[in-house]
Amino acid sequence: MDSKTVSYILKRIVMAVFTLWAVITITFFVMKAVPGDPFASEKAVTPAARAALEAKYGLDKPLFEQYLNYLSGAIHFDFGPSLKQRGRDVTAIIMDGMKTSAKIGIIALIVATVSGILFGAVAALKRNSIIDRIIMVMTTAFVSMPSFIMGSLLLILFSIQLGWLPANGAAEGGLILPIITLALYPMSYITRLTRSSMLDVLGQDYIRTAKAKGVSQRDVLLHHALKNSLIPVITYFGPELAYIVTGSLVVEQIFAVPGIGRAFVNSITGRDYTLIMGTTVVLASLIVIMNLVSDILYKVVDPRITLE
Amino acid sequence: MVVDKMPNMPVDMDDFRPATEEEKAYMVQMRPSSTFFKDGCRRLFKNKVAFVSMIVIILITISAIFLPMVWPYSYEQQLGVQPGKPVDSSYNNLAPMEYSKSEQARIDAGESVFPHIFGTDAAGRDYFIRVVYGTRISLAVGFFASIIVLVVGMTLGSIAGFMGGRVDMVIMRIVDVIYSLPDMLMVILLASVMRETLGSALEGTVLAAIGSNIISLFVIFALLYWCSMARLIRGQILSLREQEYVLAAEATGAKAGWIIKKHLIPNCISVIIISTALQIPSAIFTESFLSFLGLGVNAPMPSLGSLASEALNGISSYSYRLVIPALVISLIVLGLNLFGDGLRDAFDPKLNQ
Repeated sequence: MDSKTVSYILKRIVMAVFTLWAVITITFFVMKAVPGDPFASEKAVTPAARAALEAKYGLDKPLFEQYLNYLSGAIHFDFGPSLKQRGRDVTAIIMDGMKTSAKIGIIALIVATVSGILFGAVAALKRNSIIDRIIMVMTTAFVSMPSFIMGSLLLILFSIQLGWLPANGAAEGGLILPIITLALYPMSYITRLTRSSMLDVLGQDYIRTAKAKGVSQRDVLLHHALKNSLIPVITYFGPELAYIVTGSLVVEQIFAVPGIGRAFVNSITGRDYTLIMGTTVVLASLIVIMNLVSDILYKVVDPRITLE
Repeated sequence: MVVDKMPNMPVDMDDFRPATEEEKAYMVQMRPSSTFFKDGCRRLFKNKVAFVSMIVIILITISAIFLPMVWPYSYEQQLGVQPGKPVDSSYNNLAPMEYSKSEQARIDAGESVFPHIFGTDAAGRDYFIRVVYGTRISLAVGFFASIIVLVVGMTLGSIAGFMGGRVDMVIMRIVDVIYSLPDMLMVILLASVMRETLGSALEGTVLAAIGSNIISLFVIFALLYWCSMARLIRGQILSLREQEYVLAAEATGAKAGWIIKKHLIPNCISVIIISTALQIPSAIFTESFLSFLGLGVNAPMPSLGSLASEALNGISSYSYRLVIPALVISLIVLGLNLFGDGLRDAFDPKLNQ
């Protein structure tokens, strides 16, 4: 790595840290702008009890001090107690939901990436054939379908009509449909990405040179074409994770998966503000970090790319 | 040497005779002068996929606008609830083309009753008109959100492009930060907070009729989605100012007004229109996503997303109620995307390399 790359990476890290700070700050002040106070729903809170509650949650301090407390809490991954789920910390709820969500998310990520690359490569190699046409039509359809619709349709087809898979995410094998739902969109996107970049690479001079030197078709594809056509896929890792995170919000709702997405949606409908803040910050950090990693990887993998 | 060889060349003297009038007429091909817009339309209509999706979108839009005006049922009317009569629950959850008991009685008596094409929902509302009305809401939200994005992005983008210097730097850094924020999470956060804040602020004003949730959706679009438009317009302004043809026009003495009219606008407008058109499906996407989470339009107003979300409760017995709005959303988004791509290919050949 030359000094330019290093300075790019450093710049990128500073930018990511700044973004994280912006997310935390926006979340805090946006939540403070909500009219009324978190204890408004409590039945007949006496002024003394209210003062005690506010003191307990640190709400009696000046706004800026509350902000600093929140910021330092967020850095230590401590978002305080949940307002609606008695006696539970936001962090504990998040960790609890993460177990299931991470499992679904990671499997969906792998499935989407591997099958996307595979389909994309096949489509590019069999360009304009019937297989290519089918793959392109399918992926175009999947790309224009919102995740909640994809999930609902899969649910109707496989659970209700055919009865092959359970509709409830907590049942055995119940995570298969959520994973497929989450994977279909990024898979289609990666397929299209791989196809177009593969077609681009296959037309390059070095492929012709390799072929002219008598390298076998298999080696040309594996060593020369595939490697280079996968570079654009790396840049998609960040958006892919962002899609899976936001997709999990609705998918977990549809299939009743006890994950972080469902906790987030329930916290919104239940106005559990500390939980909303905590999940937003955690999910946003995930996305920002993944964007950072995929940007740096992109730069490290392909030295031809010059970034400012 | 060269001169020596000249006479040996076979020369047909006929080629050097002046052309007759017929020959002249034959050589000149009269073609009506074509404008940029005509050229683009010709290319657009030649593109079958884009043309078909344009027709589909136009049909959907026209029926979303006009069908509610002539339909005998309204989207919020609970058919079983009539003043002065006990609630007739046989209106609820009708299957497609099915009639309630009292309607069946009227049909048996020889009256004609307008059918419930998609049946009715759990509250006895005609489902077909709800889907049509929901389509109208979704299309309107997509359209106006894109206009808002266009206005905000164009204003800030052209300010950044023309002013340059420190103003440009500040605007572009803001763009960078907003760009790197995870948009969907921020949208959900803002939507969930804004419906609380706006609800009381809007009370009694004209905007209250639209509903606090839609207004907050527009505010969110104005806050978060202007970035790519601003970047695009700034880039256009910066690059167009440096173009050789602008320099050439200036050198031949063209006035600023002429340059803007003949060079800058035609080169810029297609890019702007195309990215606005492509913004519409993404706005519809966002709206349906938020409606699905319960952050979209205010009840009883339907949008395609909220219809799908409501249908999830009765999914095992009434799955068609989910399939119908789902198909409509997919059709609209797919149609708009394909049409937008077609527009881009037709009006901006530069982008399509």
